[in-house]
Amino acid sequence: MSESQTNEQQRKWLPNFWSVLFLMVPIFGVATFALAPYLNDIAPAYFKRPVWFPKDVSEHGYVIDNLFMFILWLTGIVFVITEGLLFYFMWKYEANTNTKKVAYSHGSHSLEVVWTIIPAVTLLFIAIYQMDAWAAAKMRAPDIPPIVEVTGRQFNWDFRYPGPDNELYTSDDIVRTDGRLYLPVGEEVLLRITSADVLHSFFLPNLRLKQDVIPGMAQNMWFTATETGEYDIVCAELCGWGHYKMKARIHLVTRPQFEAQLEEFRKEKNTMRVADRPQD
Amino acid sequence: MSTVPAADSQTNAGKALAGHDEHAHTSSFLKTYVFSLDHKIIGLQFLFSTLIWFLVGGMLALGIRWQLAYPWRPMPILGELVGAAEGGQIPPEVYTMLVTMHATVMIFFVIIPVLAGAFGNYLIPLMIGADDMAFPTLNMLSYWFMWPAFVAIGSSFFVDGGAAQGGWTNYAPLSIFAGQGQTLWLIGLTLVGISSMLGSVNYMTTIIQMRAPGMTMFRLPMTIWGMFVTAVLQAFALPVLTAAGFMALSDRLFGTGFFLAEGATANNAIAQAGGGQPLLWQHLFWFYSHPAVYIMILPAMGMVSDILSCFSRKPLFGYKPMVYSLAGIAGLGFIVWGHHMFVSGMNPALGMTFMVSTMMIALPSAIKTFNWLGTMWGGKLQFTTPMLFAISFVSMFIIGGLSGIFMAATPVDIVIHDTYFIVAHFHYVLFAGTAMAVMGAIYFWFPKMFGRTMNDSWGKVHFLLTFVLLNCVFYPMHILGMNDFPRRLADPYHYGTFRHLLPINQFMSWCAFILVSVQIIFVVNFIWSLFFGPRCGRNPWHANGLEWQAPSPPGHGNFDFQPMIYRGPYEYGSPEVEVDYYPQTQPPAASSPSGESNENPTKEA
Repeated sequence: MSESQTNEQQRKWLPNFWSVLFLMVPIFGVATFALAPYLNDIAPAYFKRPVWFPKDVSEHGYVIDNLFMFILWLTGIVFVITEGLLFYFMWKYEANTNTKKVAYSHGSHSLEVVWTIIPAVTLLFIAIYQMDAWAAAKMRAPDIPPIVEVTGRQFNWDFRYPGPDNELYTSDDIVRTDGRLYLPVGEEVLLRITSADVLHSFFLPNLRLKQDVIPGMAQNMWFTATETGEYDIVCAELCGWGHYKMKARIHLVTRPQFEAQLEEFRKEKNTMRVADRPQD
Repeated sequence: MSTVPAADSQTNAGKALAGHDEHAHTSSFLKTYVFSLDHKIIGLQFLFSTLIWFLVGGMLALGIRWQLAYPWRPMPILGELVGAAEGGQIPPEVYTMLVTMHATVMIFFVIIPVLAGAFGNYLIPLMIGADDMAFPTLNMLSYWFMWPAFVAIGSSFFVDGGAAQGGWTNYAPLSIFAGQGQTLWLIGLTLVGISSMLGSVNYMTTIIQMRAPGMTMFRLPMTIWGMFVTAVLQAFALPVLTAAGFMALSDRLFGTGFFLAEGATANNAIAQAGGGQPLLWQHLFWFYSHPAVYIMILPAMGMVSDILSCFSRKPLFGYKPMVYSLAGIAGLGFIVWGHHMFVSGMNPALGMTFMVSTMMIALPSAIKTFNWLGTMWGGKLQFTTPMLFAISFVSMFIIGGLSGIFMAATPVDIVIHDTYFIVAHFHYVLFAGTAMAVMGAIYFWFPKMFGRTMNDSWGKVHFLLTFVLLNCVFYPMHILGMNDFPRRLADPYHYGTFRHLLPINQFMSWCAFILVSVQIIFVVNFIWSLFFGPRCGRNPWHANGLEWQAPSPPGHGNFDFQPMIYRGPYEYGSPEVEVDYYPQTQPPAASSPSGESNENPTKEA
C-alpha cells in the first residue's frame, strides 16, 4: 500500500520506475518489429535467413503482404499512442508527485462520441478495403479445368494429374504419392483439393495460400506463380500424431518443363508392374 | 438446511442473519468447508482448485516449449511428468496431447472457473449486498460438478492411448476416430458445461433479484456487470456446445454420423455411418466457444475497472459507456463465430459477413480501453501490486486487441490462420490479459477473503518478473506468425521454411521456464500470508465497494448490518466528503460542505 512507501528514496524513484517499465512496452514492441528483418544481418550465425515474411512467388501475394503491413502501421500508431498515454498518465499522476486534487470526473460525452466514431470509421474502412482481395482469393474461381487434384491423407499429400485427355478421374490419370507437386509458372492454375480421412490444411506459405481440406467435399484453389523454384507444402490443421511430418514440396517449373515432367510420370506409370510395389 | 437460506434470500437480503448464525454454529467441518452452501467457501474452493490446475496447465506448457526449443531431445526433470515415457523424450503423439491438454486445462479448468466460479461466487453477493446466492444448493452443485470433470480429464492421461490429442477444438472427424482419451475429454467438457450452467442461472437470478435496497442496476460495480453479462452469454451459448458434445459422443460410441462424411475412414478405422458434415462440428463448437472467449475476459475487464478506479482515487471514466460496451461485446459475440472458420471451407461469402461483424466487435473493446485511460487521467495513482497488475492488463489488452484486427482481415487470415500469430493473440488476451487481471484480483481481494494482506513488496517482485518474462515469451510469437510458423507441429524445423526460427524459439522457451519458476514467489507469498500476513480491517484499500463494508473475512450471511446503498461504487475524490473515498453505504451528509443539497440521493452517479 502507498502508506507503507514512506521511505523518501522509494518515493523518488519507484513511481518513475513503474511508469518507465510500461514505457518499455511500446519501445520494445516497435523495436521487435523494426529489428526482425535485420536479425539475419546482425547475427547471421543464428538467423540463417531474414526473419520476415517468407519469399513471395505469387501474383496475388503482395496484396496480402501489403494489407498486413498497412494494418501493422495502423495498429502500430494506435499502439504507440495508447501505450504512450498510459505511460504519461502513470508518470504525471503518481499519487506522491501529483499534488493537484483529483479530477472528479465521471466521463465526457463528447470524448465518448469521438473515440467511438473514429475507430468505427477506421474499422469499417479496413473491412471494406480488404473485401476485394478476399473475393479474388476465395470467390472468383477462374473457369479453367483443374490442373491437379490434391488429396490430403494421414500423413501425406497425394497428387492426381489428368492424363492427355485433360480430364480428372479417367483411366489415364497420373497419381503421385511421392510428395512432389509440379506446377507451371506464369499462368493461372486451378487445383481441386480434398481430403481422404480427417481435416488437413493445404498451406503454401510462399504462395500466400491456405485452405482446409475436408473429407467428402472438393474445393477449388487457384493462383498464378511468378517464379520457378521449390518450396514447402505445409499441413496447417492438426490431423493426428503424424501431423508434423505431413510435408510435401511444390516444384514451380516452366510450362515445357512441366509437360516433360508429366511425360516422365506417364512413362513411369506405364512401365510399373505390381511386382515393383515395395513389399511390406 | 438447504431450504432455509434460500427462502431467506428470496424475501430480502440480509434479513435473517440470526438464522444463519445458528447454522454456522451447528455445522460440522465437512458441512462448513467441504459441502458448504456458503458462496464464500464455494468461491474459495473454486479458487484453490483452479490455482492447482493452473500449475498443471503451466507444466504442460513447459513440455510444449521444451519440444519447440530442443525437438526430440529428452526433457530433463519434467519430461516423464508430462507424459513422455522414453527417458523424457516427447514423442509426437504426446506433443499433440500436450497442446490439447494445455489448452483444455487452462480454458475449462482455470480461466472460466476462476473468473465465474471463484470471483463470481465470492464477490457477487458481497458486492450487491446479499447474504448469499439465490440458490445455495445449486451453487454447491456447480462446484461439485467440476470434480467428475477433474476425474474424467485427469484419468484420461492414464488410459490406453493417453489423453485427448485432437486439439482443444476437438475438430471432427479426427476427434471421432481418436482414442479413449477423447471420450473422457468430451464427458469432462460436458460436466464443466453443467457446472457453468448451474452457476450462470444462479448469478443471473442473484444479480437481478437480491440487490440490497438502493442498489440499482446502474450502481453495480463493473465486476458485477462483467459477471452478469458472462452469465447471460453462458446461459444462451452453452446448450449448443452440450448438444454438440453429445452428438460427438454419439458418433464415437453409437456409430452415428453427425460429423462424418460418407465412407469416412481415418486412423485405420472405418466409420459405421456417414452422411454428416465435419464443418457442422466447427459451427456448433464455435457458436459456444467464441462467446466463451468473452466469458474469459469480461469479468476480468470488470475487476480491472474496479481496481483501476480504486487506486486512481478517481471515479471510473464513462461508467455507462463501459456497461453498454460490455453489452455490445456480448451481443456481437454471438455473430462472429465464423471468424475461426475463414479458411475452413465455409462459404467465402459468409466469411465476408463474419469479417464485418468481427471488425465491429473491436469497437466496444476500444471504447473500454479509452475509458480505462480516462480513469487514470488526472487521478492520484497508487502503484500497489493489484494496481500494477490492473495497469498491465490494460497495456497487454491493447496488444491482444490490436493483433486481433490482423486476423479479422480475411485475406491476411488466409496466411496467418493456424500460425503463431494466433497463438500470440490469444495468449496476450488470456494470459497477459485475464491471468494478470486474476493475479491482481487475488492481491486485491485477498484481504477480504482471509482478513490478512499479502506482502506488497514481494507482490511487486512477482509482478515485475511475470510482466517482463511474459512479454519475452509471447511477443516474439507475432514475429513467428509473420514467418508463417504453424501451431501444433511437433517438429516445425522439419520444414526448411521455418528452420531459421529455432533460436527465437529457444529464447522464448527459456523465458517460459523462468516465467513458470518465478510463480513460486506468488505461491509462497499466498500461503505465507494466509497464516502470517498482517491482519487488516474491513477496508484496507479505502475502497468504496460494498464488499469492503463487510467484516474481513465476512461471516456466514456476509453483513453484520443491513446495507443501504446511496450511490455508485466509484465516488472517489468526491467533493462531498473530506476523505478521498465515499463508501456506497455511507449516508449522505445532512448538509454538504459545498452547499449543494442532497435532496436527490438516488441521482445517478
